[in-house]
Amino acid sequence: MEIVQVDKISKHFQLKRSFLSLGRSPVVKAVDNISFSIEKGETLGLVGESGCGKSTLGRTILRLYEPTDGIIRFEDTNVSELGREDLRKFRTKMQIVFQDSYSSLNPRHRVGDIIAEPMMIHTEMEPKEIKDRIFELLKLVGLKPMHAQRFPHEFSGGQRQRINIARALALYPRFVVCDEPISALDVSIQAQVVNLLQDLQKKLGITYLFIAHDLSMVQHISDRIAVMYLGRMMELTTSRQLFDDPLHPYTQSLISAIPIPNPKRERERGHIVLEGEVPSPVNPPAGCVFHTRCPVAEEKCSREVPEYREAKPGHWVACHFALDDDKVKIL
Amino acid sequence: MSSILSVQNLTTRFHTFDGTVYAVNGVDFELQPGETLAVVGESGSGKSVSVLSLLGLLPAESAEVKGSARFQTKDTQTDLLAISKEKLNKIRGKHISIVFQDALRSLNPVLTVGEQISESLMTHMGYNKRRAYTRAVELLENVGISYPEKRFYSYPHQFSGGMRQRAMIAIAIACEPEILVADEPTTALDVTIQTQIVELTRRLQREMGMTVIWITHDLGVVAGIADRVMVMYAGMPIEMAKVDDLYENAQHPYTEGLLGAIPEVGETEQNRLISIGGAPPDLFEAPKHCQFAWRCPYVFERCWKEIPPNYQVEEGHYTKCFYDMSRQQARDEE
Repeated sequence: MEIVQVDKISKHFQLKRSFLSLGRSPVVKAVDNISFSIEKGETLGLVGESGCGKSTLGRTILRLYEPTDGIIRFEDTNVSELGREDLRKFRTKMQIVFQDSYSSLNPRHRVGDIIAEPMMIHTEMEPKEIKDRIFELLKLVGLKPMHAQRFPHEFSGGQRQRINIARALALYPRFVVCDEPISALDVSIQAQVVNLLQDLQKKLGITYLFIAHDLSMVQHISDRIAVMYLGRMMELTTSRQLFDDPLHPYTQSLISAIPIPNPKRERERGHIVLEGEVPSPVNPPAGCVFHTRCPVAEEKCSREVPEYREAKPGHWVACHFALDDDKVKIL
Repeated sequence: MSSILSVQNLTTRFHTFDGTVYAVNGVDFELQPGETLAVVGESGSGKSVSVLSLLGLLPAESAEVKGSARFQTKDTQTDLLAISKEKLNKIRGKHISIVFQDALRSLNPVLTVGEQISESLMTHMGYNKRRAYTRAVELLENVGISYPEKRFYSYPHQFSGGMRQRAMIAIAIACEPEILVADEPTTALDVTIQTQIVELTRRLQREMGMTVIWITHDLGVVAGIADRVMVMYAGMPIEMAKVDDLYENAQHPYTEGLLGAIPEVGETEQNRLISIGGAPPDLFEAPKHCQFAWRCPYVFERCWKEIPPNYQVEEGHYTKCFYDMSRQQARDEE
């Protein structure tokens, strides 16, 4: 069953008109016409380089940003049409964990108060009940009840991320967006947080949208993976399928860029080194947005936007040549 | 072959208002000409600080650096930690240069990129302005910046992250140094740009025969570039080995944990990641015993009593651990 359905959503940001840019003010199409759905209980990984719009997409789904266009459905509710008050109530069902665990915790509040806040706003729980729930949550994420008395600065990065997760879980959400929750952490601590997120999913049946730029961690935690580039969806399929049979040249180059922690295999395998850098989202290339860096691009790619289609069962891709194996398999 | 750099018993302490920070506690290594030595560790492990200490780049008021670092050039031998500031200035940038992680903060925002490359050429090589310009354009082209004549006059803010890192590399290699220190040069970059920078550094190393010290926290990157690896924890090198030996035959529980924390690419079933419990130790106390003891799954009594010495496991493979991983038992006391 689908828990979240996203239909052709776009999020465009209007930039301020500067003195020099006469005429219309420039528009950044951070998310452009994206459709997909998330199954109940699964983890959908969302990857892409910085500036590709992956965080914007995550926030737009929660309506932390107002979508410019398109429909977001959560179970049977059309989230994009909810009014202010309904939306506020609705927020209990979907939560978010941010990357920066410093700035997402109020430095002047004690950990207990931070975790209590959503319950005070959204529920009519008695103080005693709230207190019990705080202790329960702290234990759930691997901290101790006594930590409720402390301030965020007394914790390490990994512990702070645990506090963030505890707060997100306070209201029994069914869907949590994890916006690069491990990017700022050390390797050994990353594994702790990933294991925690997986344990919680097993225990509570939460659905995750897991945003990251590190494809190797994403494939470890995700059931399916979506790849974004310059505001567009490039490919979406199961983790297994994405690594066994990547259809988009961009996905292939991302996979080839993951360093393998095995010196012999690493030396032997080839690397696709993409030329150039991600173009500016203010002025994206015409046609396929990836054609300026694509090793197999043809003239057609600069003219026509490739259709995002289901090329194989359950395998969505936006490339003209996705099914032409001889051409598109570059590694 | 004699080593190009030989570091012995390097210790660095910072004296702060809160007390003394024991950042580096006894680092020894030999650097062979032409090799790539990777220094791996998590934040606070002392990997950057040890190299910055060698180059005299730490604030003199608070940092106390001890030990010796013999640097061998064609005919002379100098101890980097014993010579005067002026002499060190002549070595730094000319014989040993460094590329930092944060290119935006390491470049001067009010000078053009070209001026910054020329600067080191004029200071160290005695070039005049015109000759420095020609060489700087050559260098920009060599590090893969298109339209180098035009880009010579650009300011750092006009460059993207990847280009800035290329410009940093151009400055670092301008005087054809013997040793290039790369201090997490790819950490702040996107994966596809990361690959570009790694490939660039490897090509330059081949062409110029440089020796490279590559500092990173990413054991994945290390696998592809290093000849030897030094793993650091809490200011100490806890394991040192040839790259193949380290990955196949990790001898320190910390290295084993780090390798287990990386998910395997294309794994067929979801294995649970091996995570190391706890967090790195507080550096405000002088180490009295194995610093990994708090987090170690194999810890036993002796680990709490003394700092383990360097045990040789095989040729060129050392570990500081009382537990013998291959025999799965404690090492005999000598």
